[in-house]
Amino acid sequence: MSLTVPVTILTLSLLALIFALILYFVAQKFRIYEDPRIDEVQAALPAANCGGCGFAGCRNFAEALVKAETFEGLNCPVGGATVMGEVAKILGKEAVAVEPLVAVLMCNGSPEFRPHTSKYDGVPDCRMAHSLYLGETDCSYGCLDYGDCVRACAFDAMYMNPATRLPVIIDDKCVACGACVKACPRHLLELRKKAKKDRKLYVACSNCDKGGPARRACKVACIACSKCFNVCEFGAITIENNLAYIDAFKCTFCRKCVTECPTFSILEFNFPPRKPKIKEQVETKTV
Amino acid sequence: MSNLLNVSPSPHAHGKETTQKLMFGVVAALLPALFTSIFYFGWGAIIVTATSVISCLIFEYLIQRFIFRKPITITDGSALVTGMLLAFNVPSNLPVFIIVIGSFVSIAIAKMTFGGLGNNPFNPALVGRVFMLISFPVQMTSWPVPAGFGTGYIDAVTGATPLAIIKEGLKNGESISQLVTQIPSPAQMFLGDTGGSMGEVAAVALLIGFVWLLYKKIITWHIPVSVIGSMVIFTTILWLANPEKNANPMFHVLAGGVLLGAIFMATDYVTSPMTPKSMIIYGCGIGILTMIIRVWGAYPEGVSFAILIMNAFVPLMNLYIKPRRFGEEVKNG
Amino acid sequence: MLLKNLALKTFPIGGVHPPENKLTSESEIQYLPIPVSVAIPVSQHIGAPASVIVNKDEKVKTGQVIAQSKGFVSANIHSSVSGKVSKIDTVIDTSGYKQTAVFITVEGDEWIETIDRGNEILTDINSSSEEIIKKCLESGIVGLGGATFPSHVKLTVPAGKKCDILIINGVECEPYLTSDHRLMLERGEEVLIGISIMMIALKVSRAMIGIENNKPDAVAHMTKLATAFQGITVHALKVKYPQGAEKQLIKALINREVPSGRLPLDVNTVVHNVGTAFAIYEAIQKNKPLFERVVTITGKSVSKPGNYFVRLGTPVKDLIAAAGGIPEDTGKIVSGGPMMGRALSSTDIPVVKGTSGIILFPAGESVRMESMPCIRCAKCTQACALNLEPYLLMTLSEKGLFERAEKERITDCMECGSCSYICPARRPLLDYIRLGKSTVIKMAREWVVK
Repeated sequence: MSLTVPVTILTLSLLALIFALILYFVAQKFRIYEDPRIDEVQAALPAANCGGCGFAGCRNFAEALVKAETFEGLNCPVGGATVMGEVAKILGKEAVAVEPLVAVLMCNGSPEFRPHTSKYDGVPDCRMAHSLYLGETDCSYGCLDYGDCVRACAFDAMYMNPATRLPVIIDDKCVACGACVKACPRHLLELRKKAKKDRKLYVACSNCDKGGPARRACKVACIACSKCFNVCEFGAITIENNLAYIDAFKCTFCRKCVTECPTFSILEFNFPPRKPKIKEQVETKTV
Repeated sequence: MSNLLNVSPSPHAHGKETTQKLMFGVVAALLPALFTSIFYFGWGAIIVTATSVISCLIFEYLIQRFIFRKPITITDGSALVTGMLLAFNVPSNLPVFIIVIGSFVSIAIAKMTFGGLGNNPFNPALVGRVFMLISFPVQMTSWPVPAGFGTGYIDAVTGATPLAIIKEGLKNGESISQLVTQIPSPAQMFLGDTGGSMGEVAAVALLIGFVWLLYKKIITWHIPVSVIGSMVIFTTILWLANPEKNANPMFHVLAGGVLLGAIFMATDYVTSPMTPKSMIIYGCGIGILTMIIRVWGAYPEGVSFAILIMNAFVPLMNLYIKPRRFGEEVKNG
Repeated sequence: MLLKNLALKTFPIGGVHPPENKLTSESEIQYLPIPVSVAIPVSQHIGAPASVIVNKDEKVKTGQVIAQSKGFVSANIHSSVSGKVSKIDTVIDTSGYKQTAVFITVEGDEWIETIDRGNEILTDINSSSEEIIKKCLESGIVGLGGATFPSHVKLTVPAGKKCDILIINGVECEPYLTSDHRLMLERGEEVLIGISIMMIALKVSRAMIGIENNKPDAVAHMTKLATAFQGITVHALKVKYPQGAEKQLIKALINREVPSGRLPLDVNTVVHNVGTAFAIYEAIQKNKPLFERVVTITGKSVSKPGNYFVRLGTPVKDLIAAAGGIPEDTGKIVSGGPMMGRALSSTDIPVVKGTSGIILFPAGESVRMESMPCIRCAKCTQACALNLEPYLLMTLSEKGLFERAEKERITDCMECGSCSYICPARRPLLDYIRLGKSTVIKMAREWVVK
């Protein structure tokens, strides 16, 4: 019976003990004090790390929340009111009510309305195509169809429709984190206030050219004729740079502008059916 | 003209090379070595090469079709090159099942697990070869004596390679001048009339391939010249120090897989460094490591291991050894 | 002959050899008929766009200023025709986007009175350095090699900098283009006078003209003519792209390396194109502002390729019509050379100061091959004349690692296209490098602002 085994066991156990003690003392000496609430808040957040709050990840946002006086300007679009309510309870602060938003594409230029006048043969990336030239159509403001926005979406809420060559946003999945808005080099995506029953109404065009060239490039372009502006009783429409824009917070969804628009540039979604005469005119032009 | 104009970013002109042309250029450079291997080892050479190439292609096809589910790229020539190089690194009487296992290791493990062409850190053919050497040491170290089509395949008569003779002899206390009679002459080693892996025996065939690769601008001179150059310097020093215990430089360059390794294996695009400075350091590292293994290591031949070890350093070299940029002042101290 | 070729100067690192295709090197320069109407953009140069000073329905004469330069780095725009301004509207230009342009309906060809229309070559230069620089500014002279940098800026040596030698770029390294070649052969003496004028402006006594050796007739002709001029020498250079790039030309001729991020003036030299020298001759000696330039119209399927003096603002389709019309199989039209030129989306785009040539590519040469994975062959690194590593810059840009890309000197890249040209796997190297460059520059600007 040799001494090798007991000696080995003893030596290694002693070494393990010594190292454990060293690690413990070093950890104690160099410990960084962190507010324990940061961990609690982080646990309440959705952990998507999508950047929708404007911070570089859920941990950063948790730190900001703990440090902040009020929740003004701080919101997690993914978790929404539920999560912000929980965080408010943890920190003993007031939750600020924030309007739910949804992403919307301000372009309806499918090949049916906006003919192609050249062929792009580079890398299918919107940023690159945008920096090269105005695109395969005569509208230098319109969607380029290479899907930078779809690739940016971390919530599977977007896909490219091959028939219209435009991105489609799945409203139920969209958390309005803003990644697609940042990704689009032409700034065609916007976060708009989500109305009741998921209704949407907006000018689906971003073309700032004068009416003539805009219409020649795309049949459903906004030509800034101001008919919508004139018919709106709520002052929700502004015309700037040859383009009409509907303010989602002022709009009452009366839909008068939709029927007034001569180029069918204004789109409406999730509304009850209209009376037959008007329905014909509008139906063929909505996506 | 009714079609729409194409619009793409510059440049609007392109050189004639494609990946496929480069790979087939390497295949062409290997053809002299293929002919000499058939000339010296007969049927065995044909069977081993064919098995290796076909299994490599089949494994790549199966993995791309059923596991990756990506477009099949076996026509780009890279699996063909791996298959040929793998065959050239083994004895001509190697049983088929071992070759198939080796091909599997080369393609599936050394290349495909890393993501396919362009992503592997280690030379696939060498990984396969080393795997076979360690798993089947007996079959991988029985070298047929070259006898043309009379060599036979399974029943080939085997003998030791020149390097093995020297290594064993020195271990037994014999001196170089005594061993010289047992090894082939430099002329024999140059032309290939010696034992060894199928592709490594004929130095002349490999050198013809080298000239072709340089002419077609498939490789640059940096790696082969630094591998062979550093070996020559190392062996010259050893030989001058003790000519009875160390063979002369010419022997070391012609014997074993140095030429095959320096010209075809070390210059593999994917696993070699990107800048000339790094290439020279890489080549010198291979040369020196090969000699260290040959002189002091357990194996008579060390090129495969040397290349694989240096492959491991390539990402580090690419990261830290940067070329001097145009207009960059070289800072002193 | 081989030895002589080896002895030619060149830049030491990188470079590629695209096929030369100089189909029009023997074609004498002709005058393109004046079009029915022109669209003259207000930004044909680097720097602030000029501001329009004419109104709709105003009558203008050839050579009259129609847009004024704004600021120091800007240039005047002159009318290239006489007629009536029909509108001030937008036109798509070579940038691929619309910009403001003055549209003029042509009536006759009446020039402003100050221009000397005589054919005599005036060799005596009676202007001082300051007068020359002022005249260049007034005449709207910009670099005609393609970069269109306002020449009066490049002829002004700012305080604290020195200039001891002028370098003239007669290289024309892009395939297909022959406008500089023909200009040197047919108007060599005027070019040399223009160079002398520039030497006075810069206050230097030496000038070196670099010409690629695929133009031996131009080398011989200019060498012979230069003997009559003090301080001007002509040098044949090895044929290698991008020999015509500023930094590479300086390195080849006088062996000085422009430091990264700096200008040629930091190595005491300035580079100008031969076309610019000719334009300066006309401006100083003949009071003729810049409103026309030599453009090469070429392509393998073009029936009558040639070189033309074209009035600025002429739509490209007029040039194509003069060359025999657009070939059936045309797939792509490029303004400039094949390596750095811009593909056009229509033929209504006007010729501007930077248009050195129009190339029509047949369909088979107009489409990119599918790209394959990188095989790490290092050919891109060998081809880069600035010793950068394009494969790395592409990967970094693709993955969004822009800080690392900046460290690897992505902003040094001159976008010459040699890397994309040589890549066997047909990777879109330059596309991603451009993306990385613009992102890094944008980030650097934001960082400074912060």
